Amino acid sequence: MGLSELKAGQVGFVESIQPHHSNDGLVHRLEAMGILPDRAIQVLRVAWFGGPLHVRIGTTTEVAIRRHEAQQIRVKVC
Amino acid sequence: MTCHSPTVTQPRDEKAVKRVALIGMPNTGKSTFFSRITGVAAYVGNWPGVTVDLLQANVKINGETVEFVDLPGIYDLNGYSEDEKVVRTFLEKYAIDLVIVVLNAAQIDRQIRLALQVKALGLPAVVMLNMSDEAKHYGVEINSKELSRHLEMPVFLISAKYGKGYMKAYETICHQLEKTELPVIVNDIRQVLAQRGKISVDEIEIILKDAVEMPSQLAQTLTAKLDSVLLHPVFGLPLFFLGMFAVFWIVWNVGLPSQDIMDSLTGWLEETVISPVLSVFPGVVQDFFINGIWAGVATVASFVPLIVIFFIVMAILEDSGYLSRAAYLMDALMARLGLDGRSFVLHMMGFGCNVPALMGTRVMRSRALRLLTMLIIPFGLCSARLQVFVFIIAAVFPNGNGALVLFSLYLLSFLAAFLTAFLFQGAFKNEDPFVLELPPYRLPTLKQVALRGWGEVREFLVRASGFITVGCIAVWVITSLPPGATGLDTIGGQIGQFLSPVMRPIGIDPYLTLALIFGFIAKEVVLGSLAVIYGLQSASVGAHIAETITFAQGYSFCIFCLLYTPCLTTIATILNEAKSWKFTAFSLVFSLVLAWVCSFIFYQSALLLGFQ
Repeated sequence: MGLSELKAGQVGFVESIQPHHSNDGLVHRLEAMGILPDRAIQVLRVAWFGGPLHVRIGTTTEVAIRRHEAQQIRVKVC
Repeated sequence: MTCHSPTVTQPRDEKAVKRVALIGMPNTGKSTFFSRITGVAAYVGNWPGVTVDLLQANVKINGETVEFVDLPGIYDLNGYSEDEKVVRTFLEKYAIDLVIVVLNAAQIDRQIRLALQVKALGLPAVVMLNMSDEAKHYGVEINSKELSRHLEMPVFLISAKYGKGYMKAYETICHQLEKTELPVIVNDIRQVLAQRGKISVDEIEIILKDAVEMPSQLAQTLTAKLDSVLLHPVFGLPLFFLGMFAVFWIVWNVGLPSQDIMDSLTGWLEETVISPVLSVFPGVVQDFFINGIWAGVATVASFVPLIVIFFIVMAILEDSGYLSRAAYLMDALMARLGLDGRSFVLHMMGFGCNVPALMGTRVMRSRALRLLTMLIIPFGLCSARLQVFVFIIAAVFPNGNGALVLFSLYLLSFLAAFLTAFLFQGAFKNEDPFVLELPPYRLPTLKQVALRGWGEVREFLVRASGFITVGCIAVWVITSLPPGATGLDTIGGQIGQFLSPVMRPIGIDPYLTLALIFGFIAKEVVLGSLAVIYGLQSASVGAHIAETITFAQGYSFCIFCLLYTPCLTTIATILNEAKSWKFTAFSLVFSLVLAWVCSFIFYQSALLLGFQ
């Protein structure tokens, strides 16, 4: 499932990042943020009105990411 | 099988000094580390072929001069952003003796990639694991010896902010520099990284397993508690706007009195030193010095305390980590305007000065998003315009509602920006991904805040003082010539009268039109010019404006000032950054038209409602 389908507080494990068109830049950036296969990723909160997700990658990295981009991160929930 | 080194050594010119480059991800305290090594001696260097400003400084080490260059923060040496390209270009063009890789120790699990990339390139390097105090707090444990063995470069745990572990690291840098014979250059970074730099997840996992212990679960941190309030879906935004209002309150109640002190100081100097010294010269010369040059100096001086206070507040907002939260809070709205939260943050930064905010748009990768953001930033109510507004408001709204009137101008500033973005988001379509780091809340140190305040003032003095003084002299020339002419008989007065059919419907008389013309150079000039235009001491301009201008006219003047071109420096920066005459001209003309239309609507409505 896509990351944006997780509820606030839920933890998922990264399966893959789906490249979007030829947008290699996003994949590079997400990898640099630590979004790599099998890493834990937690949705901390979701902004209202279709705003971004506040997610924690691993234990110490937190980023804001838009739903559209979050959807490209495929995760599985244990 | 052969294995060529990707780096090539470069013979050193006899005169050339050793060069050290700092590389690191954004939010790692790289610049704090840089200023700890170099002190306040840093300056913006000139590097042909490099498109952004790089801070550099010369430091004496082992008796020889060493050049330190602070490269822009990057996530990935293989990345696509302009900064990432800049770092690549720099390493491919300029030979270096040592790379200092600054990483956030708490985020070693992901930042180690950058160190591995540097290793793959074969550059001589030292790794600084900064913010080690924060890492400890999180429960991240790093065995620097083991890490050093894997990376094949010295590794240090430091805290640049508090100076912990710094001396030992500095000694190693000196030692490494002593060892290096010839600087190295990398020929084609992308190619090298493609061949040998593909960093596998397994490789990272092996190193992390050996050298790092990440906490399996995060204890309830202060950041998490603060975020649950400050990023709350309901309370987050009101708290944000409350914070903004507090900033205005501080500027109004602390910044302005400090300005009065500066004004009385320059006034006292004029009376007791300047005027007596000049009394031996003929009248015209006296007039030129006092109302031209000295007026400029006094205007510049009166700004200094306000800017310091403004940027202290700004530095606290930024260094504490709240500014990126503001981007998160605003993103739902900004995305609808074709912008993102970062545009909003930069727009907010533009409230200090539009120029650095325009330069800051470089963090955005999509050109369309950059251009759209550059189009809205000049509507940000900068400190130069604030100066004008504060003065006019104090003169035409004597009843103590000043803070509220000023706040309305801030609202208008946002409105104009949003409207512009909304209108043009189709023309500048953004496809940039939005992935923004939210660093933990940090207490900025006094030193950081003071350095920022001082840096901004110095920048302002360098950038603006010449401009303002020349502007004031130009005003003096236009408003004092032809010789003997006064007021509207002067060259400038005639320009004002010529434009009066256009300006009268918005309540702006030829005197104020003239002030606006000089506002093109810089808003800082406007107040100085008013004194010269009216032929009054600067102390009595306020009283004169209170007598001759209604509040509707005064407010209309403020609206116009807010929306038309902020200053020549802004125009130059837009041209520099957009690298397009067409876009620059568009931005200029559009803002003029918008300024006139808004002033017209306000002034005519005020007249209709019976205000005079």
